[in-house]
Amino acid sequence: MAVRVEKVDLPGIGFRHDVVTSNGRRISVVSHRDGAREIALFDEIDPDASTDSIPLSDQEAAALADLLGNSVSLSQVNALSEETVGLYTEHLLLSADSTYANRPLGDTKARTRTSVSIVAVVRDGSVIPSPKPDFVLEAGDSIVAVGTRQGLDKLAKIIADGTS
Amino acid sequence: MHETTLLLIEVGALLLGLSLLGRVAVRFGISPIPFYLLAGLVFGHGGFVPLSASEDFFEIGSEIGVILLLAMLGLEYSADELMGNLKRSRLAGLLDAVFNALPGAIFAIILGWGPVAAVALAGITWVSSSGVIAKVLRDLGRLSNRETPVILSILVIEDLAMAFYLPVLSALVIGAGIAEGAIALSIAVAAVLVILFLALRHGRLISSLFSAKDSESLLLGVLGLTMLIAGLAAQVQVSSAVGAFLVGIALSGQVAHNAVQLLTPLRDLFAAIFFVFFGLSTDPVDIPPVLLPAAILAIVGIATKTLTGYLAARTAGIGIPGRWRTGFGITPRGEFSIVIASLAVTAGVEPQLAPLATTYVLITVIAGPLLAKVPDAQWFKAAVRRRLDTQSA
Repeated sequence: MAVRVEKVDLPGIGFRHDVVTSNGRRISVVSHRDGAREIALFDEIDPDASTDSIPLSDQEAAALADLLGNSVSLSQVNALSEETVGLYTEHLLLSADSTYANRPLGDTKARTRTSVSIVAVVRDGSVIPSPKPDFVLEAGDSIVAVGTRQGLDKLAKIIADGTS
Repeated sequence: MHETTLLLIEVGALLLGLSLLGRVAVRFGISPIPFYLLAGLVFGHGGFVPLSASEDFFEIGSEIGVILLLAMLGLEYSADELMGNLKRSRLAGLLDAVFNALPGAIFAIILGWGPVAAVALAGITWVSSSGVIAKVLRDLGRLSNRETPVILSILVIEDLAMAFYLPVLSALVIGAGIAEGAIALSIAVAAVLVILFLALRHGRLISSLFSAKDSESLLLGVLGLTMLIAGLAAQVQVSSAVGAFLVGIALSGQVAHNAVQLLTPLRDLFAAIFFVFFGLSTDPVDIPPVLLPAAILAIVGIATKTLTGYLAARTAGIGIPGRWRTGFGITPRGEFSIVIASLAVTAGVEPQLAPLATTYVLITVIAGPLLAKVPDAQWFKAAVRRRLDTQSA
């Protein structure tokens, strides 16, 4: 759903941008003409009045934007397969007869051979994020990989029979 | 003692005193304008310590003060903002003019002051103080509030209206007839429209006269252009203040931004001198007789302004607490009322106008910011909630 962002002129001062959230709360950013800015939150009972406004320096505003931006991109990783054309996430199961069972992850040379990133390994229902090359794989591990269709197919083959 | 030596001593002592008064004002969270006026009253004609040597200095300084006040006002708005506001808030502006100018005019007629004084008093009761109100909004942390654009539009429209009102008044006070008044008005309208057109279409061209980087030449250039245009405007009876306002509007972009920073300290100095000078030229003995009329006028003026703000905010879809914040927020009168009064008084219109305007501004500029805080008080919020509950029940 598109987010409602409103821009209002404040003659002599600058302008104000409002974000209205889906449950009706309002967050405003007032941008002063001299470059200063402040972020304001609003009263629930009297939605016209700000309960508090916090002036932010350039660095503080950038840090806040980074924080919000990062958490947005993390939450979007899950939805990557549906949103980004040509990039897929796949769970590959390491079977007991795989040549890589009980061998370090680095031996698969997945990244150099297929350009696929292994972002996590799921073992016994718990997630091991960003496994290092010396991480030892076990039979039954589920490998979470992000890459192109071709790359993922290739990796699936490598894991299954040790060939490329 | 040598005349110049005496001038240095008088001006120095007065500025030092103003600085202390300014600190007291900030301490109590009120505008320093009433203190400056009071300081002028104390030292002026019939005051306790008359200043003799520096009167000429204060007279010229106050003239520059008006010009700088108006030029800075123009610099703060861009031509786009003015046009946009004029389109959007015409109705609120009209309401504001009718509700707040009429009481002044009627009052002057009741006092038997004649039509010119009525026009002047109408202006004095009409216009709010952009400077004081903008500061109150900042101090109370209301810049991001939803009703704030409503307040700012009313101020913008009033300031723009002054560009038409002041030329008419200047023509009237020098005893011009209706025909000359009409000519002054049409010159003013044409000048404002031409400047707005130039600023909208060729704003960069005018600003490119100056270099935004070289601050010394920018300061001299902008100040020079402002005073030159103000003088030329006064020459054709269009009021020097309006000329200065138009120069402010015509400048834009980085040049305007840097000019604001350079001119602000100058404006603060000469505006203080302007308020002191107005106080100086008012005899404190004249104040007690007009105290009662001024108090009545102030109460009426605050009431009509509050009503204006309340209705304008309601039209803009603001809730009830926000409407009260708008109404009380725009009650302070200040620099413009004094500009209008000094224009009328220097031309010799109704001597009682000066003490009346001084008292009126003193009352509203002190009471206004205090009133503006009322909607934040718990008892007020509770009262608004109770009324809402009884209405919905």
